[in-house]
Amino acid sequence: MAGTHVKTTINGDSVEYVCEADETLLDVLRNRLALTGAKEGCGTGDCGACSVTVDGRLVCSCLVLGVEAEGRNVATIEGLAQGEHLHPLQRKFLEHAALQCGICTPGFLVAAKALLEKNPDPSEHEIRFWLAGNLCRCTGYDKIVRAVQDAAAEMRGGRHAA
Amino acid sequence: MQYEAPATIDAAVGLLSKAQGLARVLAGGTDLLVQLKSGTLEPDLVIDIKRIPEMTKLVAENGGFRIGAAVPCAVLGENAAVRKLWPGVVEAANLIGSTQIQGRATVVGNLCNASPAADSVPAMMAANAIATVAGPNGKREVPVGDIATAPGKTSLAKGEIVTSVFLPSRPAHSGDAYLRFIPRTEMDIAVVGVGVSLTLGDDGVCKAARVALGAVAARALLAEDAAKAIVGTKLDEKALAKLAEAASAACRPIDDKRGTKEFRIKVAGVLARRAAEKALERARGK
Repeated sequence: MAGTHVKTTINGDSVEYVCEADETLLDVLRNRLALTGAKEGCGTGDCGACSVTVDGRLVCSCLVLGVEAEGRNVATIEGLAQGEHLHPLQRKFLEHAALQCGICTPGFLVAAKALLEKNPDPSEHEIRFWLAGNLCRCTGYDKIVRAVQDAAAEMRGGRHAA
Repeated sequence: MQYEAPATIDAAVGLLSKAQGLARVLAGGTDLLVQLKSGTLEPDLVIDIKRIPEMTKLVAENGGFRIGAAVPCAVLGENAAVRKLWPGVVEAANLIGSTQIQGRATVVGNLCNASPAADSVPAMMAANAIATVAGPNGKREVPVGDIATAPGKTSLAKGEIVTSVFLPSRPAHSGDAYLRFIPRTEMDIAVVGVGVSLTLGDDGVCKAARVALGAVAARALLAEDAAKAIVGTKLDEKALAKLAEAASAACRPIDDKRGTKEFRIKVAGVLARRAAEKALERARGK
């Protein structure tokens, strides 16, 4: 099969690629576009390591076909930092040591960013439920939750000051 | 595998009708892509319905709501008006998977995947929701409980596709609720699920009720005797005990890794009672 030509937007940039009909968006990102931040943990939507947003909606890219991205707006972990400036969530994950092996981290960051855009002041309960689809086998989650709370507080403070 | 993303229902029906080999409809893909990945399903044609404008809409209609087949559960949960009218349906839909799954999964997909443990199905059956089916011979309307026939099997004929589900309007003093049993706090498949919808008269007596059970038979069941047990009562202790007994009696479960027959039968009664009490609170405006 010849493959399908797809035009989409990824992290604000226009992108074109050719992919097979049964290829997932995750495989397209990693294997065709060299955006290897999204990880394949389970490949079945259980672990959240491949989290991206499509038209602002948090999804598992392993459960999206590459061809479905036509005309959509995809955001991945690669779009989080602005050049050398880390996103507050990224800084807080480092400060709180909210990662060990790091495989789940891109997914957590993308998911946490989506949460804070929807709810800038989430409770611990809300953070834990929102991130329940992101699995981490190293940290025990506490440091991740604290990093998200701290980042949220800083981002709220920044908005007041601005 | 061929991928098509038609822009109209007619085009989707045309593609499905003419399909040689195995064709599958893609809504949120949270079941389909897992089946593709595992190789349990190797379709020749996948028809993505998310480019069909009316399938992506959640709209108010005749005092109720029409949920397009491509509307993700997250969108349902974010809609305050739907939550207010049918809180039980929304809580059932929002129990399916994680935030990421909610962003893609649809209630029509949940219905057509035809799992006996589908969370949204008993809640929609309790709500007396109606599925609209488009096919080569036009449109027909089907109670949601008649779509699934057995695990993974539906009553849809070749070329047919569920385009939306309609949640009807409801009288004052109505409430609904969905509860399920899983061995952990969230993100699991129902061992038993129960949806209850009821309407009270001005005197507080239950005028109408529907009770539906999931994961206790080859498909979700309407438990009519359980509903009858509370109609004409104020859901006193005696009526609730009768409701629980009738819900348990309606079960025809299997033993599997998630639960035994005996456990499911027992839990169905317990959950039916609790769901009825929750629906009652909502009907009373609490």
